[in-house]
Amino acid sequence: MDFQSRQENNVTVVTVSGRMDALTAPVFQDRMSGLIAVGDTVLVVDLALLEYISSAGLRSILTIAKALKSKGGQLIFVNVTGTVRDVFDMSGFGTIFPMHGSLADALGVLG
Amino acid sequence: MEFTTATFDAHVELLDDVTVFIEEKADLFGLDIKRKMGLLVAIEEAFVNVCNHAYPKGSGQVKFSCGWEGDLFVVEIADSGKPFDMLSLPEPDTTSDIMEREVGGLGVYFIRKFCDEIYYRRENENNIVRLVVRHRSGQE
Repeated sequence: MDFQSRQENNVTVVTVSGRMDALTAPVFQDRMSGLIAVGDTVLVVDLALLEYISSAGLRSILTIAKALKSKGGQLIFVNVTGTVRDVFDMSGFGTIFPMHGSLADALGVLG
Repeated sequence: MEFTTATFDAHVELLDDVTVFIEEKADLFGLDIKRKMGLLVAIEEAFVNVCNHAYPKGSGQVKFSCGWEGDLFVVEIADSGKPFDMLSLPEPDTTSDIMEREVGGLGVYFIRKFCDEIYYRRENENNIVRLVVRHRSGQE
């Protein structure tokens, strides 16, 4: 799994690629916690290049979402496709998180 | 059906080794990327379950056997831990809001969703889970 973050229109955009499994999900969680710790509250996560996610990945996402929500922040996903999309839909994550078909859409909604 | 077998210590750290073993066989079988990724999710969930729950008093092993016949790809996962039928677990919560949500139970749920057939049997003091994935889904 590869994790990158950048600022775009005052929003933190995170790109995760590869596979998020029981071994790599803790890395995602640590990196996201780091962003929250320095004050980022709106995090847009681009999963276009993520080919795999298991329940361990969902657990990390949920932990981060709860931490963000308690600070009044928000977690938004873009480009969720393939098996990752299936996992989101099966678990109901596809309805509890804002999901957008492209980064431009998400940034547009955030204004 | 001829099975290829590999045995691993039941440590989550070995997940990559398990994945490589299964993925190589799934590629030989010709499973498409979407069905393969689904199967690998099921394999991870099953392996992590054994690592976390089968051997509460010490360490143990997990044996993976896989093979195929016709359009069926079969993986059997055997451990010698305490009797546990994952198919007896209730369906997980998939509707609560973020703050109320727990992720417990989703692993087994994914195994059910991504595999076409699942069987559990207790044999010679072993838990054996048999996962079956078809080359193509019935609708295609």
